[in-house]
Amino acid sequence: MLFYIIRKIISTIPTIFGVALIVFILFNLVGGDPTYQMVGRHANAQQIEELRHEYGFDQPKYIQFSHYLKQIVTFDYGRSYATKQPINQMILNGIGPSLSLMLPSFFVTTILAVSTALLVAYFRGRAIDKICVIISVFGMSISMLAYILFGQYFFAYKMGWFPISGYETTWPECFQYIALPMIIFIIVSLGYDVRFYRTAILEEVNQDYVRTARAKGLSESAILFKHVLKNSMIPIITNVVIEIPLLILGAFLLESFFGIPGLGSITIDAVHNSDFPVIKAMTTLVAILYVIGNLATDILYTFVDPRVSLK
Amino acid sequence: MTLMDKIDYSMDKILEVKNLRTSFFTDAGELKAVDDVSFNVYSGKTLGIVGESGCGKSVTSLSLMRLIPSPSGKIIGGEILYKGRNLLELKPHEMRSIRGNEISMIFQEPMTSLNPVFTVGYQIREVIGLHQDLSRKEVHDQAIEMLKLVGIPSPEKRIHDYPHHLSGGMRQRVMIAMALSCNPQILIADEPTTALDVTIQAQILELLKELQQKVGMALILITHDLGVVAEIADEVAVMYAGRVVEQGLVRDIFSRPQMPYTQGLLNSIPVLSRHSSGRVKKRLEAIPGIVPNMLSLPEGCRFQDRCSYAIDLCKEREPDLRIVASQSGIPHFIRCARDI
Repeated sequence: MLFYIIRKIISTIPTIFGVALIVFILFNLVGGDPTYQMVGRHANAQQIEELRHEYGFDQPKYIQFSHYLKQIVTFDYGRSYATKQPINQMILNGIGPSLSLMLPSFFVTTILAVSTALLVAYFRGRAIDKICVIISVFGMSISMLAYILFGQYFFAYKMGWFPISGYETTWPECFQYIALPMIIFIIVSLGYDVRFYRTAILEEVNQDYVRTARAKGLSESAILFKHVLKNSMIPIITNVVIEIPLLILGAFLLESFFGIPGLGSITIDAVHNSDFPVIKAMTTLVAILYVIGNLATDILYTFVDPRVSLK
Repeated sequence: MTLMDKIDYSMDKILEVKNLRTSFFTDAGELKAVDDVSFNVYSGKTLGIVGESGCGKSVTSLSLMRLIPSPSGKIIGGEILYKGRNLLELKPHEMRSIRGNEISMIFQEPMTSLNPVFTVGYQIREVIGLHQDLSRKEVHDQAIEMLKLVGIPSPEKRIHDYPHHLSGGMRQRVMIAMALSCNPQILIADEPTTALDVTIQAQILELLKELQQKVGMALILITHDLGVVAEIADEVAVMYAGRVVEQGLVRDIFSRPQMPYTQGLLNSIPVLSRHSSGRVKKRLEAIPGIVPNMLSLPEGCRFQDRCSYAIDLCKEREPDLRIVASQSGIPHFIRCARDI
């Protein structure tokens, strides 16, 4: 197992290198020279030259690329053009708010979605199942933007139940700020997740081993919670792990609409300000998180399915 | 056949199926998969139910366990009397206490019938723990005992194996161990050897026969293979398009099949006859045509289109089951208008 993990981590190096190369090409060769944007309209040639030298843009591309690779390894992405803060500090500051919103949302969503899916799978084909599917489709068909605007206008502004936006780093004050975005996240994700997990579970319900379990005299709930659930874990885990990078990065829309200073907000601000080093750092971070997520999936598979062996 | 045999037969009737009807309600209409089927099952004896794919034999066996997939399938009539109690009137939890305990079932697909993510030991212990009041240790010991009984070598080790570690034949042995672990009165085996190699088939059949003698249970063997029936069944019911078309003792039916369909089935068994110059191939006979569409059955006899003896009468009305003379004296039923 340990050997497998080590080998798997080594094998991710080319993947991350490839991502880095593409990001570098997009930012440095396609994107144009960022200096012109930074100096503004009234700069003279000397100012531009000085700035280019300061940021290292006058150096050959391969040196710039190796510098970027060094940044990835050392987790030192330099400073933001816009705020002049060290980027790694910005990331560390942003992780807390992002996680405070996303972790509880994510856990509540997953638990609610899996249990609802089991419930509707139990009542498959009957009215409660059909109603749940209709609500799910309805819920996932509405844009998150609509929920945000409705929630902010109705629950925050009209009813005054929640603050419209803002954030507080101290607990429990922060809860009042993340409550509404959390509810919106859960509602938006629930529709999709319930449908996905329901399909995964129903896929198993018609398998032969379920018939065997019935022939043994097991009750439907024992069959569903023991035999079927364990077999459905592979698609469930896959779906859960895919959402992990999202978890750290936060939901862009939610963070920026509710003024939560998480990684999502930082990224959106960076895009607005053409703050290339920050965008580059975030893009790289997401890529690395995905790679880690995939590794975690492979390892988790071995716990739920004995047929998967890591060699 | 002596008189003693007859008395034996009437005494140990453990299951009585009367006029069983099971239908599937599809978009294209009602599909009568099992249409008025009756038979008796006796302790220590084996009933073979034979027929082509889609004749309703598997649906019959699932009906006995009340495991028809709902809501599309439904038992719409008849009685299944187990020790005098009608299983069709039991509440779900009463039925569950019978399944796996008093009536057990094994299936055609040993490769997929075991749950892939639990050890075989867990799956056997589960059924023992469910129906019997035993300590963990006793349950574990009995699970090992069962694996030993079905001839799995070093059961103490195999009990920790997952199904994918075992071959098809071994998995079917595990299924049998699971089914027999609560000493059932009746074992229903739905094509237990179809998915296995021929050599393994013989082993599994031998095992079933041996275990039946050991524990004295009744065996209902669903198969399309008349060779299997000849080998281990006492009685046989031949099914065609949801109906029983011939029923009686195996030796009566094999020595003198009277329904053209059964004759066709017997003729379509490949025979290798030895000749002084070596093996002589006899041309294999087949029943012409295909099974009728169950959604639009013909008027009259359901076998008429494929029967070389069919007369006008066969098209007019479907013959009832009737008794014909048999060598043994035990009733021999056929559903045929003609005396052939």
